[in-house]
Amino acid sequence: MIEQPDEGWQRPDRALLTMRRGVAVWGVGGLGLVAAVVVAALGGWVPGLATLGLMGGLTSLVLGAVERRCAAWGYLEREDDLMVRRGVLIRRTSLVPYGRMQYVDVTAGPLERRYGLATVTMHTAAAATDAYVPGLRADEAARLRDRLAALGEARQAGV
Amino acid sequence: MTFPEAADEAGPPLRADVDDEQGWTRLHPLTPLLRGGRFALALLALFGQQGLRETSSTTAVLAVLGGGIPLAVLLGWVSWRAMRYRVTDTELQVDSGVLTKRNRRLPLARVQSVDVVRPLFARFLGLAELRLEVVGGSGGAEAPLSYLAENDAEVLRMRLLDLVSGRSAGTTADTPVEPENVLVVVPLGPLVWSTLLGPPLVVGVGLLVVGTGAAVVDLSLVPGVVLGAVPLLLGVASFAVRRLLAEYGFTVAETADGLRLRHGLLETRSQSIPAGRVQGIRMREPLLWRPSGWVRVEVDVAGYSGGNAEEQAATGALLPVAPRDLAVRLSARVLGGDPPPVSRPAPPAARWRAPLSFRRLRVGLDEAHLVATSGILTTTTDIVPWARVQSLRLTQGPWQRRLGLTSLHIDTAGRRLPGAIAPHRSDDEALDLLAEATACARSARRVAHLR
Repeated sequence: MIEQPDEGWQRPDRALLTMRRGVAVWGVGGLGLVAAVVVAALGGWVPGLATLGLMGGLTSLVLGAVERRCAAWGYLEREDDLMVRRGVLIRRTSLVPYGRMQYVDVTAGPLERRYGLATVTMHTAAAATDAYVPGLRADEAARLRDRLAALGEARQAGV
Repeated sequence: MTFPEAADEAGPPLRADVDDEQGWTRLHPLTPLLRGGRFALALLALFGQQGLRETSSTTAVLAVLGGGIPLAVLLGWVSWRAMRYRVTDTELQVDSGVLTKRNRRLPLARVQSVDVVRPLFARFLGLAELRLEVVGGSGGAEAPLSYLAENDAEVLRMRLLDLVSGRSAGTTADTPVEPENVLVVVPLGPLVWSTLLGPPLVVGVGLLVVGTGAAVVDLSLVPGVVLGAVPLLLGVASFAVRRLLAEYGFTVAETADGLRLRHGLLETRSQSIPAGRVQGIRMREPLLWRPSGWVRVEVDVAGYSGGNAEEQAATGALLPVAPRDLAVRLSARVLGGDPPPVSRPAPPAARWRAPLSFRRLRVGLDEAHLVATSGILTTTTDIVPWARVQSLRLTQGPWQRRLGLTSLHIDTAGRRLPGAIAPHRSDDEALDLLAEATACARSARRVAHLR
């Protein structure tokens, strides 16, 4: 396992889980409800109820996956670099030295804004760098961005 | 071949060292003519076919050409008038544009390489194009100065490289061209053979087998097979021809500023790679080359954004084909030190994840470089200097997790060679490697920062 020692790791806000659960319930659950109604109208009660049960099971599976995915996120501010880990099926750990950061983005979509969340993305000169942290409270995102920018400036190295 | 008279007629001789009072210089006055000529060729190609097909429209074609070419030359002349450049101690400044003015300032500290390209038609007129590649370029050269007189391009290149490497610029047109120490000239024989011993041979043999099979089964199938093979053959032929044209006469030389690569048959290209700007090196040993012990070395400098296929074919190689020990020595020279041996084999569990390439999955590292080998038919060796590392990543897929394997990715700013991968290490080793890599990259960064 590529598990790091757990102390010091920070996690996305609980609201991220709430938001993604909502998306899963409305997305998969709503679709299941519609599908069940359509099947019931076309084929009678029994297939309709079966579809409802099936989609209910699917929704709970997706909810479980969402929970695990959210729990997998973590970031660790170390002395010289930022570590980000994510993923359940494919686990990834990214390590970006502060001195290599070209710029830091804070983005928040409409849904994220409703929950007061934002995503922080680190960019380096390498296209393959994929370090980003979703689901940070807006003030934590701003703090992280400013800290990264300040550290990046202090340790900037040429490409 | 040069046209000195043409330059003289255009008033003051336009040379890099003869400037107006603020040091601004124009491109060579034949530039509009050359651009117009290329436009005319394009028109000819477009309308020529039609003209041949319907003789009635020949006059129309002539009219289009007669009107179009002078117009193109005129437009070219107007944009030539509007374009000027100068070199200060820290920047290359290029002003251009007729309707929309553009003033571009290129900090020389960000210049990664300087190329002098001579397209076929420009060679007839003794002209050359100067291309600068900078970090973060968005595709294509950032400041192509086309066209300059060949000598001016060389002088300007030397001056830019002097400034890039931090030496004072005393370079003028009168400075003798810097002596260069030729390290390697790739002979034509191995170049041709090595190109043929790639996709062309595979496709050729494959077609022969399929063709023979078809002939044995039913002779009437043969024309279909031949017809179907045409696009494949064309593709392979264009690959081989493109590569041979681009890499003909490949010469690697060393100058005070770094390496100089010269190559090309019709369009010649002279690349300068300043010392210490190499993002990574890849050595490739295709299966069919192994009996002759040949290796191809590719290099990536930040800023070579790839461009089109021709551009990629023309700029990728450090050495198109060479014996292994020569390739290793040249790589060490470019990297500024011998890369470490690949001493660490992959753990036995990796056999289950990558059965075909398992034997080649090796890693080696020292305080300056990381080396990783992989590949099934083509043995690939990636060398990355720690000083160029942008980020590090560990990845583990589900199958890898079952086997206790983790891959380490080393990302650099290179576009064509975006770093190296140490695939399928044991979990503990991957964590150790990550820690080692972090420490090595950090100290390499500090050293680079102090310089």
